[in-house]
Amino acid sequence: MRIEVLGTGCPGCKKLEENVRAAARELGLDAEISKTTDLGRIAGYGVMGLPALVVDGNVILSGRIPPVSELKALLR
Amino acid sequence: MLQEFADWATYAVLGLAEGSQLGAAVNFFVYDSIKVALLLAAIVFLVGVVRTFVTPEKVKRWLGGKSGGAGNLLAALLGVPTPFCSCSACPLFIGFVEAGVPLGVTFSFLIASPLINEVAATMLFAMFGWQIAALYVGSGLVVAVIAGLAIGRMGLEGEVEDFVYKIKAKSVAEAEMTWKQRIGFGMSESREITWRVLPYLLAGIAVGGFIHGYAPTDFLASFAGKGNPFAVPVAVLLGIPLYSNAAGMVPIAGVLISKGMATGTALAFMMAVIGLSLPEMIILRKVLKPKLLAVFAAVLFFSFAATGYLFNAVLG
Repeated sequence: MRIEVLGTGCPGCKKLEENVRAAARELGLDAEISKTTDLGRIAGYGVMGLPALVVDGNVILSGRIPPVSELKALLR
Repeated sequence: MLQEFADWATYAVLGLAEGSQLGAAVNFFVYDSIKVALLLAAIVFLVGVVRTFVTPEKVKRWLGGKSGGAGNLLAALLGVPTPFCSCSACPLFIGFVEAGVPLGVTFSFLIASPLINEVAATMLFAMFGWQIAALYVGSGLVVAVIAGLAIGRMGLEGEVEDFVYKIKAKSVAEAEMTWKQRIGFGMSESREITWRVLPYLLAGIAVGGFIHGYAPTDFLASFAGKGNPFAVPVAVLLGIPLYSNAAGMVPIAGVLISKGMATGTALAFMMAVIGLSLPEMIILRKVLKPKLLAVFAAVLFFSFAATGYLFNAVLG
């Protein structure tokens, strides 16, 4: 599973990354988690709200920061 | 019912004397704080639910290819329920341009979104009454439409960073939320935002209480009051690089007015602070070439100053 957190550095974007890592850890997921700040790449996903979450190339959420519990449900 | 609770809290719990000035002030504070907090929670909830319908992706589709004043007006109206995280400014801009939304229309949205904020409107309503709140929202819309139209007419499309036009974005499939999810979102927004804004809210009401109860000291009146025409552009210039969230600016505007600043000048200052900021300009530099960025800032400067003069003339 490849997870990309899309964000340009604001506190919300960092929070999503933290929550995603925590969720993945709690689920025991074997996932490669990375952060993308490059605008061109972010825009290429068609995402308009940041932060956003991409799993295996698909945008699964954008523009909000769900709590760890909701992320676990989404990533399962 | 709320009044009875306030009476009980002030006179029974705190033991203040009925009819005393302090008793009246605390009574007002308790009553108004709770009233406005409830109002805010309700309004944020409603706007939250509206937002689940007015997503950036939908806005992009609705605005694509629409030019002329109607497009600008629609963009400005859609900017109202849309909150603005500075970091979203760039992907939003790119998304709109790439979807064929005309530059001027995109700017109307980008201006309205941070400028017209339902929390600020609610607090203005609570502190100054519905007329001021309506003036704030109305003038924000006018500024967004006119500034967007002006920028659109200048033919500055070439001043957008080139890479923006080269991006071919995949369109994101949007899952429609269920009503249960929408309500859940509205409620979580309501909880989070009301909680976060609470200190500013309490400060705002305390300031409002001061204005009503104690004679204003006209310390700002001589150089920022109605007599000084330069106060407006200076206020706007000071406000542009500053940034505060909208809720924080309402108590400050209240303090300034209570100290003698003309209402239009204070509102112009508030709009300059929340409508444009140095961090936002720095971020937008990634997608706008310097000339367009400067034009954007300049157009907003004139718009806010004009609004300030207008309010001073009308309300003075």
